[in-house]
Amino acid sequence: MHELAVCQALLRQVEAVAAEKQARGVEAVRVRIGPLAGVEVALLEEAYLVAREGTCAAGSRLIVEHAPLEVSCTACGARSAAEPARLRCPRCGSPDTRLLSGDELLLVSVNLVF
Amino acid sequence: MCDSCGCTVSPGNRKHAYTPVAGTTAVTVLKNLLAENDHAAAHNRAHFDRHGVLAVNLMSAPGSGKTALLEATIDALGQAFRIGVIEGDLETENDAARIRAKGVPAWQITTGTSCHLDAHMVHAALHAFPLAGLDILFIENVGNLVCPASFDLGQHRNVVLLSVPEGDDKPAKYPVMFRAAHLVLLTKSDLLPVLEDFDPVRAEAHLRDLASSVPLMTLSARTGEGLAAWCDWLRRELATHRARLGMAHGVAGCGVALGE
Repeated sequence: MHELAVCQALLRQVEAVAAEKQARGVEAVRVRIGPLAGVEVALLEEAYLVAREGTCAAGSRLIVEHAPLEVSCTACGARSAAEPARLRCPRCGSPDTRLLSGDELLLVSVNLVF
Repeated sequence: MCDSCGCTVSPGNRKHAYTPVAGTTAVTVLKNLLAENDHAAAHNRAHFDRHGVLAVNLMSAPGSGKTALLEATIDALGQAFRIGVIEGDLETENDAARIRAKGVPAWQITTGTSCHLDAHMVHAALHAFPLAGLDILFIENVGNLVCPASFDLGQHRNVVLLSVPEGDDKPAKYPVMFRAAHLVLLTKSDLLPVLEDFDPVRAEAHLRDLASSVPLMTLSARTGEGLAAWCDWLRRELATHRARLGMAHGVAGCGVALGE
């Protein structure tokens, strides 16, 4: 699983932000993850506990916001909730849909201690 | 308790250990978690473009026939195009040795315990593996239908293989991977007569359920069935890629000179 690698990349960004703002430490890290991001949130949370050690974010908590899975249909224009393996338009059945939300793998914000 | 390293936090008291500290400041970042990888991938892509090379990332479960596909592709196109291969495996040089036996340059990345290639590994390989003179670079990713989908390597096209013995519901089980594909290949089609459970129509329906309109081709590296369509796809992709580079560089028509 690649969640540890994702966490390590996340913490390098967090450390860069903390260094740039000359913070004393990091209290919390907020991320936003969609069901199609390709990471398991439970594994990411476990990996975070390992990856944060030895960084300026050691002792910080990871706050995960879950992004909804939403598609918009090019054929009928409907905007609907969808499932990861079912991204057709739930209204008209067209496979011609666009993902509005659901593949986010985003560092939203960092709570810094000064 | 120690408030700097988290050493006293156990699963039982974890939820109490992180009471928000008064006097903290939230700094908005809004960057992709893998921004660092994406930056390296963009660098790789620029490097491929400078050499006019089309980079194709092959992804699949272990044993879906990626290396066999490459061997058959080299036999079919090796005279017309100069092909190079970067191999990703946890261990061994076996796949690179198979490609070199076909007279094609191959570079093996052994990832150790890492379940995927990332842009930095490919970047390091490019230092040792000259692109000059190549037309198509195949990057054979580590066999895995989960992790490789998250890491951009700088490739221009993702090709995902689904072999007949794996079952026709793989696109439904691994939507992230199959959504990333620009082309899906149903491989080992010579086994269709003996594995009647596999229905290519059902496999395609699962793919379309992902709102994917990419082409799906059926082929067998062993019998050669469907290989011509795959080779035509590669020819078209290379021509399109070169035309795009030609426009970007202000050269009409035929694209970028090789070997620069």
